[in-house]
Amino acid sequence: MAKKKENIRNFSIIAHIDHGKSTLADRLLELTDSVAKRDMSAQILDDMDLERERGITIKAHAVKLDYKAADGEIYELNLIDTPGHVDFNYEVSRSLAACEGAILIIDASQGIEAQTLANTYLALDHDLELVPVINKIDLPAAEPDRVAAEVEEIIGLDCTEAPRVSAKTGENVEAVLEKIVRDIPAPSDCDDNAPLKALIFDSVYDNYKGVIVYVRVMQGTLKAGETMKMMATGAEFNVVEVGYMRATGLEKCDQLSAGEVGYITASIKTVRDAKVGDTVTKLENQASSPLPGYRKVNPMVFCGVYPADGADYEALRDALEKLQLNDASLSYEPETSGALGFGFRCGFLGLLHLEIIQERLEREYNLDLVTTVPSVVYKIHLTDGEIVEIDNPTNYPDQAKIDYCEEPITNAHIYAPSDYVGTIMDLCQDRRGVFKDMKYITTDRVDIHYELPLNEIIYDFFDALKSRTRGYASFDYEIFEYRRSSMQKVDVLLNGDVIDALSFIIHTEKAMSRARKIAEKLKEHIPRQMFEIPIQVAIGSKVIARETVKAMRKDVLAKCYGGDITRKKKLLEKQKEGKKRMRQFGTVEVPQEAFMAVLKLDDTQ
Amino acid sequence: MVCDAIISSALGPWPLALTPRYEFKLMTGIYIHIPFCKTKCPYCDFYSFTPSDTQKDSYLKAVLLCLSSYKDKVKDGVDTLYFGGGTPSYFGGERIKKVIEYVRENYNLTDAEITVECNPSSVDEELVRCLSEAGVNRISMGMQSAVDNERKALGRSSDRRQVENAIRLFKAHGIDNISLDLMLGVPYQTRESLKESLDFIISQNVKHISAYMLKIEEGTPYAEMSLPLPDEDEVCELYLYTSDYLEARGFEHYEISNFALKSFESRHNLKYWHTEEYIGIGPSAHSFFGGERFYYPRDFASFLENHAPVPDGKGGDEEEYVMLALRLKEGLTEKGFYERFGKSIPTEISERAKNFEKSGLLTVTEKGISLTKKGFLLSNNIIAELLY
Repeated sequence: MAKKKENIRNFSIIAHIDHGKSTLADRLLELTDSVAKRDMSAQILDDMDLERERGITIKAHAVKLDYKAADGEIYELNLIDTPGHVDFNYEVSRSLAACEGAILIIDASQGIEAQTLANTYLALDHDLELVPVINKIDLPAAEPDRVAAEVEEIIGLDCTEAPRVSAKTGENVEAVLEKIVRDIPAPSDCDDNAPLKALIFDSVYDNYKGVIVYVRVMQGTLKAGETMKMMATGAEFNVVEVGYMRATGLEKCDQLSAGEVGYITASIKTVRDAKVGDTVTKLENQASSPLPGYRKVNPMVFCGVYPADGADYEALRDALEKLQLNDASLSYEPETSGALGFGFRCGFLGLLHLEIIQERLEREYNLDLVTTVPSVVYKIHLTDGEIVEIDNPTNYPDQAKIDYCEEPITNAHIYAPSDYVGTIMDLCQDRRGVFKDMKYITTDRVDIHYELPLNEIIYDFFDALKSRTRGYASFDYEIFEYRRSSMQKVDVLLNGDVIDALSFIIHTEKAMSRARKIAEKLKEHIPRQMFEIPIQVAIGSKVIARETVKAMRKDVLAKCYGGDITRKKKLLEKQKEGKKRMRQFGTVEVPQEAFMAVLKLDDTQ
Repeated sequence: MVCDAIISSALGPWPLALTPRYEFKLMTGIYIHIPFCKTKCPYCDFYSFTPSDTQKDSYLKAVLLCLSSYKDKVKDGVDTLYFGGGTPSYFGGERIKKVIEYVRENYNLTDAEITVECNPSSVDEELVRCLSEAGVNRISMGMQSAVDNERKALGRSSDRRQVENAIRLFKAHGIDNISLDLMLGVPYQTRESLKESLDFIISQNVKHISAYMLKIEEGTPYAEMSLPLPDEDEVCELYLYTSDYLEARGFEHYEISNFALKSFESRHNLKYWHTEEYIGIGPSAHSFFGGERFYYPRDFASFLENHAPVPDGKGGDEEEYVMLALRLKEGLTEKGFYERFGKSIPTEISERAKNFEKSGLLTVTEKGISLTKKGFLLSNNIIAELLY
């Protein structure tokens, strides 16, 4: 049966965090009867707990909906839900490349935010037809007229026909479906007879089927039993099954054909063999060239991840292995620290990615973790002309061998009410930002553009920005170049021993103040011990800050409580337990809190 | 009664089974807890309340009843009897006398140390006469401080003249083995005010001094108050000062918190530190008897109803022995350990001890391991390090 390709609509929904993307998706599923009402838990597409809690989509999802439109025709709507964060920009771009159009949701009270714009530009880069939708009209603070004007003015999208809806109450959501059918074009140039080209926009690992590859077929067809080939990696697989993603589960079909969105299973063992952005073709009648836009994703942020209890090392490795099955952008390799024992150096796309992985490890795998200060990748030019990439302070070359160092610089945009311009600029200035320009989006909202070093962003920037703007600012960045910069490696010594896990790379100008704060924090958090503990923070052999934890003098039960020996014994046992929670740093025992306090230090406060 | 079960099983082959070489001296100490106070001091978390006369009488009966349950199990007699509290003096001289008489009639109480804790404000001629007649030969008096504003902060109603009078009375009735309690690290205390208290104590010619560092206990009024307390370092200085001061005047610093003139150590308390046996009578009183530890709960009514004590496990193992011995100046001796366990002090303990020797916290000789004064101050930590 030849399908009517003109009735296919492939689209995604883009929005700033919390503007209601997932809620609208839920309503669309309901309206198309894709899920029974009773099966609706809120935000069905965000099926990780973490996604629901944080209100963000971490993995892309896709679902096929059947919709009987007002014109009487049945349309096949493929909704591709994109991850909603800058860390996952590449994934977003691949999802968008699989679509012809996108719904742009704007919150009727908040208006345009950082990611509204970032995602809009991404969508426009892919020549998508944009359908603006003004959401949350049920809120008392909703100002749909103002927001519509804002969208017209800033993005240049005609909003006169933009549906004004409440995804929460369901009000007017039907209008969105009609707009999709009417405004978003059907796939074009989709020739079933051409050599297969299917774009991988996501892949997930399933215990029974192996990797499930989500694709958009651009041209050609694919059936079970055929041999497929990944054009970037060259890997070949025998197709076990093809089908569609339904809200209630996978639906097998005979053949995926041009224009369609669906899945492929082929006993693929790891998501690394089905890389997002790669092109699937067939071994026979191969496509001559892959689809454009594939890129190898490199982790941008690295940190050491250690089990708080050394005995959990194996469990941590298993957990990372499992997470990696589903997350090709997570990298890890074993690492040993004198202070923290055995752990892993992990690479992440960005800070959010790092936090998500850390949280999933702790929550889903019940692990208690210690993570070291995140680091970016520095390019270090040695005097002998060699260039080394360093993402771990431990491997930082001897200062004498370094000619110069380069660090990654981002283009950062901060969107905020104009009242906060002063504080935001102070913050960016403090984080070594270079002011580029500032645009008034409306009379009271601005877009502040800075060049910010990535190493300043990964260090508490989000939290600092949030606390200084009471959460009103939004933020977006992308790396655009490496720039020569004066960096130094700073070490922390306790009782004369370097604590490798506390070493960090920092800009020369900021070394002194950070060093002082770290010394103070450590002093505050390290309990007095049987001997005096000098705390030193040093660059090479030069100490730039020092503090001392005085020796403990008194820890005694003066009275023996009328022969109550048990009480005393319990006290000793408690002391023994307490020792277990301490980390032995050379001769010094440091409680985990002290370690965390240093890692979480916000030195602009 | 559970108590019988615990003890009878213990009096069987137990001492042999546990420790081949050591047989407990079957001379036992008896501790009698008097859970009564006229007013409660704001730092104290011992079990006590203000009773009626009827309650005092019922308590006397309960104590005698409880004592009767042990008499057949104590083989060789009782060589220390200690009334602690609370405020034993507030229980009344006659009642204390009756208890002592009961013990004398039912146990072999020859040559025993009989101590009664007293609050200076409840000492009068009548009480002293009673105690003296009953054969009390040691008094431990809760003075805490000789300085008025410190005493006030501690909630002590008496003044130092009452302490002087009480001591004079006891001596007049032939009781001159007197111990005074002194508290260190109390609100407002300074080196000067401490010296004033110490000078006063010396002027009273007492034989024994207990100097306790104030510990703020949860659930006491002190825990809720913000107090002008000396800091940790100052308290340590006060402690070391006290030790030097008293040693210079002939007192031996024989236990973490205790000082005595030669041969005036508290024989009863030494039983605790030597891991010897004692029976504790009264709510909250703990016992180590027949190899078992057990206690009566902090519940007056339950004690009056003669409920069985709560078992608290076996006592007297190596760990306990080490922990207690190290509270003493003589420390953990090779001789003591060998007599008790038939072997030398475990080498891992001596090895670990050597690490502390460098810091001047303890001394290790072929005779054994003992803490220095600086070591006493860190005894919890050191003992935990030595044991684990």
